Amino acid sequence: MAPTNVNDPHHYHKVVDCQYACPAHTNVPGYLRLIAQGRYTDSYLMNRASNVFPGILGRTCDRPCEPACRRGRVDGKPVAICRLKRVAADLRDDITDQLPTAPAVKNGKRVALVGAGPSALTVANDLLPLGYDVTIYEKNAQPGGLMRVNIPSFRLPAKVLDDECGYIINMGATMKYGTEVSSMKALLAEGYDAVYVGSGAPKGKELDIEGRWDESAKPNIHIGIEWLANVHFEHVEKIGKRVVIIGVGNTAMDCCRTAKRVGATDVKVIARRSRKYFKASPWELEDAEEEQVAILENHAPKRFVIENGKLVGMEFEQLAWSEEGGKQVSKVAGTVIIPCDDVILAIGQDNAFPWIERDLGLEFDQWEMPVVDKVTHQSTRADVFFGGDAAWGPQNIIWAVEHGHQAAISIHNHCSAAPVTERLEYGMNLVSAKLGMQSWSYHNDFNPSPRQKMTHEELVKRFSSVNVEVELGYTPEQTALEVQRCLNCDVETHFTDKLCIECDACVDVCPVSCLTIAVVGDEADLRTRLSAPAANMTQDIFVSGALPQTKRVMVKDEDICLHCGLCAERCPTAAWDMRKFDLLVPYAGATLESIVSTHIASAGAAR
Amino acid sequence: MTSIQKPQVRHPGLPKNTLGYTKRDYEGAMSTLCAGCGHDSVTAALIQAFWELDLPPNRAAKMSGIGCSSKTTAYFMKQSHGFNSVHGRMPSVTSGASAANRGLTYIGISGDGDSLSIGMGQLCHAIRRNVRMLYVIENNGVYGLTKGQFSASADIGSTSKKGEANVQPPIDPALLALSLGATFVARSFSGDKTQLVPILKAGLMHDGFALIDVISPCVSFNDHEGSTKSYRFTREHEVEMTEVDFVPIRHEITTADSDAAVTAVQMHDGTVMRFRKTDEGYDPNDREKAYAHVRACQMAGEVATGLLFIQRGGADMHAVARTVERPLVELPYSELCPGKSALDTLMDSYR
Repeated sequence: MAPTNVNDPHHYHKVVDCQYACPAHTNVPGYLRLIAQGRYTDSYLMNRASNVFPGILGRTCDRPCEPACRRGRVDGKPVAICRLKRVAADLRDDITDQLPTAPAVKNGKRVALVGAGPSALTVANDLLPLGYDVTIYEKNAQPGGLMRVNIPSFRLPAKVLDDECGYIINMGATMKYGTEVSSMKALLAEGYDAVYVGSGAPKGKELDIEGRWDESAKPNIHIGIEWLANVHFEHVEKIGKRVVIIGVGNTAMDCCRTAKRVGATDVKVIARRSRKYFKASPWELEDAEEEQVAILENHAPKRFVIENGKLVGMEFEQLAWSEEGGKQVSKVAGTVIIPCDDVILAIGQDNAFPWIERDLGLEFDQWEMPVVDKVTHQSTRADVFFGGDAAWGPQNIIWAVEHGHQAAISIHNHCSAAPVTERLEYGMNLVSAKLGMQSWSYHNDFNPSPRQKMTHEELVKRFSSVNVEVELGYTPEQTALEVQRCLNCDVETHFTDKLCIECDACVDVCPVSCLTIAVVGDEADLRTRLSAPAANMTQDIFVSGALPQTKRVMVKDEDICLHCGLCAERCPTAAWDMRKFDLLVPYAGATLESIVSTHIASAGAAR
Repeated sequence: MTSIQKPQVRHPGLPKNTLGYTKRDYEGAMSTLCAGCGHDSVTAALIQAFWELDLPPNRAAKMSGIGCSSKTTAYFMKQSHGFNSVHGRMPSVTSGASAANRGLTYIGISGDGDSLSIGMGQLCHAIRRNVRMLYVIENNGVYGLTKGQFSASADIGSTSKKGEANVQPPIDPALLALSLGATFVARSFSGDKTQLVPILKAGLMHDGFALIDVISPCVSFNDHEGSTKSYRFTREHEVEMTEVDFVPIRHEITTADSDAAVTAVQMHDGTVMRFRKTDEGYDPNDREKAYAHVRACQMAGEVATGLLFIQRGGADMHAVARTVERPLVELPYSELCPGKSALDTLMDSYR
């Protein structure tokens, strides 16, 4: 196995599991340390640089970072990254004077954004400071897109949305509210230099089974995202006592919990498969069950039961799943009728582009989806870009934000007559965290505290209105403990092979047996010969160059390193050092020099 | 010193021995020795050996005297018995402890100062008595605790950190033990755990006094160019006499020895120690030849390592003194202290 190239940012970036898993590569350990120091505003701003909506995401993020968190592999529960993000957002001071501003003199380029959801707002956020004239078309009267109409306000209060959308819009975006774009041709005719489509995936999927189109039943069968929007706009204020939700994704969770707040008392969520295949995040399932929503597994919808011109229930096939040739197959074990007054369909969303004419040089594939480049977000028409759910179907908010950042780079290139493929790569800063003898610029001790539990509003109070926020946020005590659970994975173990005297001190002191001095071999072989077997193939192993005395190599399994720095403290020759890693993420308008200088400033602030 | 204690969390995949312990359960307090000290590696090798042998920590006693080496008993098996004695008196204290309780496993840790200067006489008599114990000398050739003066094991010509050469001849603990009739003599190196761990295990299972001289470099005062006890010098001048492989009784030997140079030695409890001669003509069962060979290496500036000599079945202190079979603590009071009439009878027998 060749020595690991730690000069390529990829190795150390991958060690910071949370940041690597985050689509927007938010510097999680960096902002958690700022929270630990009580610097909530700085923490919020560090967050905002990459994920743009810390307050919103601190309540609603799909949290790809948490399943990836190293702490989860150490004691079973990841750091509550998302909750801590909310702490920074809730406790920040006024930040308006620290936000990016648009220059007085514009660059003369005009960009139209379709939709004021998270991806389009991110594009605006990145382009406005560069002097672009940005016009946003939004069919509703307020910005936010799905974040406003589909996420119930007991999870995301309107104030949080207003603030964070406002930061961007107030930089000087021209807002065209209540304006649904009905023709791409007409939009292009207005002479924009670029158009960004961030209109989401606004069409809920249908369930075309017996009884669906029965006139008498129709008023009691709802499409999940439409129904949520109707509740938001107060077009719908109540629902029947007994409600059945079809589907078990996060929209289904929002539907069942909203139903409990508008009059339903008996709510059942019906899933085709068993729990381990559920699409909803585990914490959303837990929150729904806490609100006494029943979740039924292995039931497939068969028909709507209509009696005397009224929907009275739904019939389901009870499925028994088994494995055949590595595939899950189902057998019908029987049928059951579940009585109900209303049914909400939450089985997925589709994109729909009836408003884009097909003769504009914009190609669509066999599924009527636009052909969009995965990296540049450019369509087959050079001046039209797609992002968010509009690009490749429903994902989540944090992915939409990252799409916005990438599309903004492309739009900036396109408007500057540079190829959209000309993109800066990630860079890194790596600075020693050593302050003196056994003294580091971070808190290196391991805190054995368990993950802190979020306090919830009591049930009676929360069912009283759709607008009562359920999660009350961490107390200062909980925050202080939870931030200490972070292992500071961005303070990297850095090894200089020519300094090593092979005294074994690091190998002996490592509390989690992740170091070994071994005769070199190929990776598969090396992984079996370490102090503890390196069985987690998703985690890389570090291999040094040949050591001076015996020509063996230093091997580190990155899997569960605590970043406690004991290897560096026990190293007599400073062959091991702890070095603070900063990923340099290029945004629209960045040059090599500008990203380095911005990040040096932020690295200084993070100390 | 370290800024923090070693976190209690361990690798979830760490294997357990038959007692249900992981290696980490055999650890002790955090080391306060210099970073990179060879003694810490010896500690880690001991922990590995105890774990592999399924040694119950509550049935072991850690014995030491004074010096950097003697601090290390604090750094392993925190659950065990222990006695940190006066400088150089560890062999005698262990003799006494063993006399009273022969049921424990005695682990004596000493250094070149503690054993070859102030405690030399104590060591010699423990070897003579054949006290059943593991006796580890962490040998670095300097008095590290008092800032690097030459010790009795420093070689002629070896220099101090400031460049001054040693002129007095060294005492080689292995040669000393061989000449005094020790039944188990070995030498190893803290920087080579693949060699050290099996030797420690064999020493722990030996039914008599087992002396292991471990070259354990002092990073602060004796790991420089002119040193003959540095990591680099030892690696470059080490000559391995025998390669030891220790097979505990319940582990079946699955590979047949096709190698004629392999010798299997049955230990007293049925475990098997196998060793392979890596040096042509070396015989670890012949005391005179072993002595000559180790001495020849010394004269040639080489460091003979491995199992240097073993003699099975020698009478240990208890056998020679024909003491009672059981530890004194297990004897009923009536037997331990039979009373005035028994004393009178005994006294009469001397008249």
